[in-house]
Amino acid sequence: MTDSVTVVTGSRKGIGRFLAEHALAVGGIVVGCSRDESDLRHDHYEHCRVDISDESAVIQFFSNVRKKHGRVDHLINCAGVASMNHSLLTPGKSFRAIYETNVFGTFYCSREAAKLMQKRHYGRIVNFSTVAVPLKLDGEAAYVSSKAAVVALTEVMARELAPFGITVNALGPTPIETDLIRGVPKDRIDTLVGRQAIPRFGTFDDVANVIDFFLSCDSGFVTGQTAYLGGV
Amino acid sequence: MSSKEQVVQSILEVAREMNESLARRIDIERGEDAPLFGKEGVLDSLGLVSFIVAVEQALDESLGVTVTLADERAVSQRASPFRTVGALADYVVAQTTGQHD
Repeated sequence: MTDSVTVVTGSRKGIGRFLAEHALAVGGIVVGCSRDESDLRHDHYEHCRVDISDESAVIQFFSNVRKKHGRVDHLINCAGVASMNHSLLTPGKSFRAIYETNVFGTFYCSREAAKLMQKRHYGRIVNFSTVAVPLKLDGEAAYVSSKAAVVALTEVMARELAPFGITVNALGPTPIETDLIRGVPKDRIDTLVGRQAIPRFGTFDDVANVIDFFLSCDSGFVTGQTAYLGGV
Repeated sequence: MSSKEQVVQSILEVAREMNESLARRIDIERGEDAPLFGKEGVLDSLGLVSFIVAVEQALDESLGVTVTLADERAVSQRASPFRTVGALADYVVAQTTGQHD
């Protein structure tokens, strides 16, 4: 849709940046957000500094989008944080911080976007989980459990938002070479990748392919699903 | 803070717009007494969700007031603030002045 408005969280770098550029190439307006400024420049791109774990900041962000564009067609909840820590060595503060971004942030953005989508009886929300959920990756209890919560949130919101013409799906990528896994020891990543049916790193294009499917106008009968890459 | 009259007008404007797509219409002729949800109300639970969201957006747009109407306080009140236009307006005014029953 060339007049569509796509919101991408975590669009400053990594997968979010790639998906913002991908959406711009497809057409329409892209509104990105992250905690810091972006150097992405495009006539149809706007960037806002938003900490998605801050509920009032998210409300204000979507209020601004509504006043400027009057609509949101797609929301890609890409912003996320990871932490590599044995559960016995994970401070509550770290655990909470991960949930505040991955779970609360996804929820706040989905709720506010859906408020705009329901008026036009159309919307597509895509959340980010991870293959580490079905693979039950040890050593990342906070991260994996937060992403399991995202799957549950996806499934329940899919049911709650279906009457409003809004689909909610999730994508579970394999490890991709981004900042998110930079702090994870190589042997652990190799072990994780080795448990996939197709044992290789994922690529941004692998992710975009599934995103395109979920965002498609023709995917109105697809909701509450989590697509894991790599065969897990 | 906005006056109750301003809030009532915003709510009635939302009701007017929403009536275009409702099978049973909100009786806006009754003004503040127009039933919304509950015994006499015309909105079902999904309709109420859409209505609340639309009122929140209207208040933000026309009066510059940011409120979350469906919070725990609204749900836990013995007399639902969603029963009539006037009750909802009272609730909005109380919220924006920080007073709740």
